[in-house]
Amino acid sequence: MMTNASNRFLSRSELIGFAVLAAIIFIVLPVMLDTFRLNLFGKYLTYAFVAIGLVLCWGAGGILSLGQGVFFGLGGYCMAMFLKLEASTPENTAIQSTPGIPDFMDWNQLTALPVWWEPFKVLPLALLAVVLVPVVFAFIIGVAMFTRRVGGVYFAIITQAFAAILTILIIGQQGYTGGVNGITDLRTLLGWDIRTDEAKEVLYYVNGVLLFVVLFAAQFVRKSKLGRLLIAMRDQEDRVRFSGYNVANFKIFVFCLGAAFAGIGGAMFTLQVGFMSPTLVGIVPSIEMVIFCAVGGRLSILGAVYGALLVNWAKTTFSESFPELWLLGLGGLFIAVVMAFPNGLAGIWAEQIAPRLAKLTKSGGASVPLPDAAKSPAE
Amino acid sequence: MFSDYSMSELGAIFAMQGFAGLILFSVFVLMALGLAIIFGQMGVINMAHGEFMILGAYVTYLMSNFFADYMPALFSMYFFVAMILAFIASGALGLFVEWAMIRHLYKRPLDTLLATWGLSLILQQIYRSVFGAREVGVSIPDWMMGSLPVTDLIEVPINGIFVMVLAVSISLAVYILMFKSVWGRQVRAINQNRVMAGAVGINTEWTDRLTFGIGCGVAGVAGAAFTMIGSTGPTAGQLYIVDTFLVVVFGGAASLLGTIASAFSISQAQSIMEFFLSGSMAKVLTLLTVVGILMIRPQGLFALKLRK
Amino acid sequence: MSDKSPKSPFAAPSRRAVLAGGAAALTASLFTPKALRAADYPTAEVNTTGLAVTDDTVTIGILHSITGTMAISETGSVQAEKLAIDQINAQGGILGRKIEYIQEDGASDWPTFAEKAKKLLVNDKVASVMGCWTSASRKAVLPVFEQYNGFLYYPTFYEGLEESPNVIYTGQEATQQIIAGLDWVSETKGAKSFYLLGSDYIWPRTSNKIARKHIENFLDGAKVVGEEYYPLGHTQFNSVINKIRLKKPDVIYAIVVGGSNVAFYKQLTAAGIDPAAEKPIVLTISVTEDEIRGIGGENIEGAYACMKYFQSLENENNVAFVKAFKEMWGEDIVIGDVTQAAYLGPWLWKAAVEKAGSFDVDKVRAATPGIELTSAPEGYVKVHENHHLWSKTRVGRAQADGQYDVVFETADLVEPDPFPEGYQ
Repeated sequence: MMTNASNRFLSRSELIGFAVLAAIIFIVLPVMLDTFRLNLFGKYLTYAFVAIGLVLCWGAGGILSLGQGVFFGLGGYCMAMFLKLEASTPENTAIQSTPGIPDFMDWNQLTALPVWWEPFKVLPLALLAVVLVPVVFAFIIGVAMFTRRVGGVYFAIITQAFAAILTILIIGQQGYTGGVNGITDLRTLLGWDIRTDEAKEVLYYVNGVLLFVVLFAAQFVRKSKLGRLLIAMRDQEDRVRFSGYNVANFKIFVFCLGAAFAGIGGAMFTLQVGFMSPTLVGIVPSIEMVIFCAVGGRLSILGAVYGALLVNWAKTTFSESFPELWLLGLGGLFIAVVMAFPNGLAGIWAEQIAPRLAKLTKSGGASVPLPDAAKSPAE
Repeated sequence: MFSDYSMSELGAIFAMQGFAGLILFSVFVLMALGLAIIFGQMGVINMAHGEFMILGAYVTYLMSNFFADYMPALFSMYFFVAMILAFIASGALGLFVEWAMIRHLYKRPLDTLLATWGLSLILQQIYRSVFGAREVGVSIPDWMMGSLPVTDLIEVPINGIFVMVLAVSISLAVYILMFKSVWGRQVRAINQNRVMAGAVGINTEWTDRLTFGIGCGVAGVAGAAFTMIGSTGPTAGQLYIVDTFLVVVFGGAASLLGTIASAFSISQAQSIMEFFLSGSMAKVLTLLTVVGILMIRPQGLFALKLRK
Repeated sequence: MSDKSPKSPFAAPSRRAVLAGGAAALTASLFTPKALRAADYPTAEVNTTGLAVTDDTVTIGILHSITGTMAISETGSVQAEKLAIDQINAQGGILGRKIEYIQEDGASDWPTFAEKAKKLLVNDKVASVMGCWTSASRKAVLPVFEQYNGFLYYPTFYEGLEESPNVIYTGQEATQQIIAGLDWVSETKGAKSFYLLGSDYIWPRTSNKIARKHIENFLDGAKVVGEEYYPLGHTQFNSVINKIRLKKPDVIYAIVVGGSNVAFYKQLTAAGIDPAAEKPIVLTISVTEDEIRGIGGENIEGAYACMKYFQSLENENNVAFVKAFKEMWGEDIVIGDVTQAAYLGPWLWKAAVEKAGSFDVDKVRAATPGIELTSAPEGYVKVHENHHLWSKTRVGRAQADGQYDVVFETADLVEPDPFPEGYQ
């Protein structure tokens, strides 16, 4: 029975988990919160896309990327470029010396739209780019690194360097990218004003639906043979290699998948927040995204969503009431999660709460203890 | 590119840029040595490395105020006292952090990365609460300011020479510690085979702690030296972290010689490129080159052994 | 006046009380001309748009970075705004209402700025916001302010190219700050060649663009011999210092910001280019007294800065301002250009609200152009139609004690021109 259950796409407890999350996202939050707070939670949920990707890469695959902000940013920038072009009609930009191009280009003496901006005039191409650009980027990094068996700490540091490089590039090439200001003042999507309260609510639901698409995709990967191989690779890479599998290809695939998720999250961020800037690309946000995943539980895709929600909610709340304490709290959280709760919220749930619930209900729904991430070698 | 300059100017350019590169090299060496000890010998990634450096810088700041207020006569020498105290302060904090945190995480290198990042955030906030959000100005003794003219075009800044001398002496000290002292032999033994090292009677736990402490202490000295050329503020440490890690990884993590060679090549490349390109592009190109080479040669320039 | 009940004697004052109150207001007006009574301005009339205004308070927002890399710069602005609010309250507030503030942390992160701006406007319904420092944070909150019709007082000198109905720019825009300084250095020092240097983002780049146009088109025989940008946070300037040495410009025009500033001036001095020797002259628009504290006076002594305010200005207003600032925030504090501009924010708002007789944003906006402040520490300022301030531009010379010695000031107020013809 047990093997049967674990082979099913969703076990009973997982099904309940998905249902609860769906209820929270689609019913509880919208009922409880006004549009402003709902929009904030929508923003937090865009980070959940990244965290889910990290669960696959890091939790399951043992690949810790400190550069997920790069993919989040690339996706977000692709979306922002389309929206910016739509906002920069010749009428809106009549005050510029070259009307019809984005304002920051005009400020930087560009007199024509750069060629590589052209595709972003078309929404389907832009949407394609939201996924494709991060994936291509991840593919190049992945091929270069994984076929040479770079992993663990080295991979983490090199991805971090990529985050630094892209930030400097974006800020330095401000005529093409908007520089440190980012791409701001985005208004409409195909004529539909994304700044109104109704639009924010619609976008929140779109975001929620996409999140579940991504969750199901991640669940599919985890339940597939690939998912089991990933865990095997994380624990004993050489044995998997000796069994005849091409370890690098699996790693590249999962890294690209994580990048695609992050790209979608970035695009949704742009739509909901109304701009994109290099502060979301750099080293600091990239590491913060890892902590969302770690707090939720690096092995649990649902945990990742809760982690992203909880940390960001705490950040907003703390910084509203005790701005000076926020960094201490965040720093403490990093340490506490690593030292005391290596499996994060999901671990606390599986080890502490679920067994007691089971005892209470005596339903005998045997909870499967999570494998202990702490004890498995991370490289 | 070259046509704007005459031959003698070009000669001067290369001489001065070479020297600028040497200063940058010394800066990199100072930043990276502490990290190379910790990362190379223990496999621990200390993301709070920059904050340990800034602790050294703040100690220097306190000492400069202290000397100016109480012993103005000795002000010109305060810097040496400050460096020793910076070493002790950062080293002591390092010992504590190792005891409280790192020793529980030796088998989880990626987790130390997260935990030390958390530590860096906490330290930043503490600095901010204690010293204020603004940068503090550290006054430097007069004899360390100014420059020595070599020719009409070429001048050599004194604090640059000081940083270079410091980098060389600390490298030598670390080398002697590592390869001539009992502690160094123990560290290397543990690095090669922890179980066997323990079996022959080496106190591996204490050696680890001392290694971490010394690595942090060296970072503190680097921070003290950087008050001469950079800024001292709560978040200044983060400016150094990517460069530092790349230097260490590029050099081949376990090799001190590699760290020095990599600091040399990165700094020279960057300073030559900076002259002919804009500062931002030089930085991007340097980082890209380093990352590109690391992709081709993941073990870095000098690898003592391939992977684990 | 704390009694909010409509039956309160203050809500329907007797004739005698009105007379007495009028007399009191008259007497007061001789000394503190702005003391008004809330009872004369019923809440229902001064606030028709649902702002956070009660019978005795009005709430505004303060939105700066308390944490993160920008906290260094923004601290002074927060202090100045709080001082202005305290002083206004001590004089009886605005339309008889005490100002209360809600402070939010932008955390040096632009999305957070947008989020907090929205919170202040939508949830807290603040009547105006004093806030932002970097251009990026202003660009991030701008759509929010325009969408929800908020009113922002922005204190920093900035690159111009913007004129929002929802923002009052209390700092100088680029042409105001730059042109007077270049003219001065060209006329009095005979400078002919300029080396432009900056941190790599929009303000230094746009400012240098304006500087270059002015140097090439308006200064006789002057030329730009180099232009260079370094990433924010860059700490190694030896290469550019070598280039400067080779090009031998008359003026180094430096717009380096933040931690890079400290590194740049320390390395410049160490490399033997002493600003005090004026070979070359160092002219900056990015180093206020705040920054000098980090750089160290001895490293920048002799450099010239061009902006509208220096702590050492000797007019009465400024002496009182500096004294009050030090009483509130400590004797060691220094006050820079932006801090002073931030201090103007609450005062300009008070003047506009009282002129409009209402807190409603549309009415305050309509009343704003032409508002004058004679009590500004920098001297007399006036709000232009384009929401910027007319102000004088001054050149100061840095001294070892970290203060500027004012060596030049424009004879007249300089007109703000955020979209300068011929400089695009």
